[in-house]
Amino acid sequence: MSEIAPLIVLAGNPNSGKSALFNALTGARQKIANYPGVTVERKSGHFSFADGRPAELVDLPGSYSLDPTSPDEEVTRGVIMGLQKGERRPDAIILVLDAANLDNHLRFALEVIALGSPVVVALNMMDLAERDGLTLDPAKLEQALGVPVVPTVAVRRRGLQDLSAAVESRLQHKPDNIEPVVAKDRDHGLGKQAKRIAKLAIVSETAGRRWSERADAVFLHPFVGPLILFGVLFVMFQAVFAWSEAPIGWIEGASEWVAAAVETNLPAGFIRDFIIEGAIGGVGSVVVFLPQILILFLFILLLEASGYMTRAAYIMDRMMASVGLSGRSFIPLLSSFACAIPGIMATRSISDPRDRLTTILVAPLMTCSARLPVYAIIIGAFIPPTQVGPGIGLQGLVLFGLYVFGIIGAMIVALVLRSTVTKGPNSGFLMEMPKYQLPLMKDILIGLWQRAWIFLRRAGTIIFAATVVLWLLLTFPKVPEDSAMSQVDYSAAGRIANVIAPIVKPVGFDRDIALALIPAMAAREVAVAALATTYAIDAPDEEAEAKSLTERLQSRWSLPTALAFLAWFVFAPQCISTIAVTRRETNGWRWPTFMVVYLFALAYVAAGITYWSAVALGL
Amino acid sequence: MPSSTTLDLLSIRQSAEVVAIDWTAISDNEGRRLRALGIDVGAPVEKLYKGMFGMNDPIALKVGRMMIAVRKSHARAISVSPVAETIPA
Repeated sequence: MSEIAPLIVLAGNPNSGKSALFNALTGARQKIANYPGVTVERKSGHFSFADGRPAELVDLPGSYSLDPTSPDEEVTRGVIMGLQKGERRPDAIILVLDAANLDNHLRFALEVIALGSPVVVALNMMDLAERDGLTLDPAKLEQALGVPVVPTVAVRRRGLQDLSAAVESRLQHKPDNIEPVVAKDRDHGLGKQAKRIAKLAIVSETAGRRWSERADAVFLHPFVGPLILFGVLFVMFQAVFAWSEAPIGWIEGASEWVAAAVETNLPAGFIRDFIIEGAIGGVGSVVVFLPQILILFLFILLLEASGYMTRAAYIMDRMMASVGLSGRSFIPLLSSFACAIPGIMATRSISDPRDRLTTILVAPLMTCSARLPVYAIIIGAFIPPTQVGPGIGLQGLVLFGLYVFGIIGAMIVALVLRSTVTKGPNSGFLMEMPKYQLPLMKDILIGLWQRAWIFLRRAGTIIFAATVVLWLLLTFPKVPEDSAMSQVDYSAAGRIANVIAPIVKPVGFDRDIALALIPAMAAREVAVAALATTYAIDAPDEEAEAKSLTERLQSRWSLPTALAFLAWFVFAPQCISTIAVTRRETNGWRWPTFMVVYLFALAYVAAGITYWSAVALGL
Repeated sequence: MPSSTTLDLLSIRQSAEVVAIDWTAISDNEGRRLRALGIDVGAPVEKLYKGMFGMNDPIALKVGRMMIAVRKSHARAISVSPVAETIPA
């Protein structure tokens, strides 16, 4: 026996319960990485046989066919055939089939078995099949396929030991006399063969309780359906903001406490400033979004696991089609309201490359939560809290308007992109809508943990590096003792601001705003802190210094400038992490560069139009 | 029994059998995907739902024991022959 633990891969159709089986076999000890050169996730975990010998288990992306129609399916095909870069040839393949959907899932299974790979079939979700009125005979299926078949119920941990034993014996007795039972003509022939074998395995079939279909009569109702979706989204956004208040407070409190501890325990100087302002301040300002991101993902994971997400995509498809996208873009764009980073990562589920690129390029236009602090302070300072109708305040209306502004902007941009840079035939919207299922708490928690970990790792690396660079730009060169200039003015960032100032002057921004825009490249909400710092340093006396930022803004900015500032933030790509994640997901600098240029251009034009209209109206 | 029609014109809850598919109206990729989802000549289908707000797009179909969504543009390329057994009590 070799010293290296055998590699076992899980393959199967989407919605076969493959990931639930993977979670049941490996537990929470999972590792997520990317296959080299592609943006397909490689999910691996450890698994032990009954005698304690270890094996590596990899969850391959769900596939309908070995004839790939997406990057995901290409990776699955590559791994199964032993051709995938960054993966050794698997020692065994567990093919996961939905017992209630055999005639369809057998297609892919037959393709894999035909290759002569060492396969064990997991006939999964047996309980749901029985509930559906299906009685299956695994022995008959085993006979027809010529490979071991083990009935399983992953979510109830049923059949796992049998599965493990079957895989073990498969590893020990390398098959040498496989008799492929597959017809030679692929594709059309496969479907017929799959149906024939499924018929053999089905002992009896009665019309079971079709509660899933009954639920769809409501959820996919042409008028009630959209209303329910709207209600679900409303609750979700309420929760993202309402539930996150307390944990955000804890994180802020904790980072203040750490900063204070560092301040008292370290001697004053460069290192201390660096740790407090650069490291704790920079990373802390990003980590505060963790609660909102987790709440958002809790909802998304629940909606996905229950099967509702595909219904949401179905409901939204027609609307998305009007701007050249499909219902599949809906989920990534929805996530982008919390943060564009998970949104852009979620575009991996879009199979059409042009659709996916368009979705990535417009995702930053969705009003992410980092814009909220900026919007909140400007609206609070310049928009009077008057009532424009029963229960409708002007401030809230302006905030709502900014969200709508972003959505309309994204729709127009998508439409323009689809007829220019991402021009091509409109992709279809072919999607399986799985049966509704009760989400399993364990699967949800594992998913949440993985998202949190990915986010924190990014905050610790890319975001940390970006904030450090900005902090250095603001700190160096050091202003000479005898100079009348402030540190901010004298710093590299201050000098850059002097260059930018004449460019943004026509749209109503002064040099102080230009200066605030530089650190805001790291994260938008930093603009607020940067303005506060600049105005605090420039304050002529202590009395002026004591004024709140709101009061200072009111005395220094005109209303047109404030409105232009808001319009700027609707479009400006002021988030280095988004640019970094776009680079990673598009494999190069071409598209992130394009995104940054077009968004800055839009921001400039929008701020300009706003400023000059407001001035002309005498505001 | 009504004669052959296309999938987009089929009425809700109507079962049918696919009799022909105009593969030239569908891209290779989409065609492969359609077949992978079980839509091919001879497949029994049932139209379950159609789009929101009275629009006939996209269409939700039952194919075997699976529900899938297709756009009207694809449904138009799929010729079906309605079968009698329909409307479960």
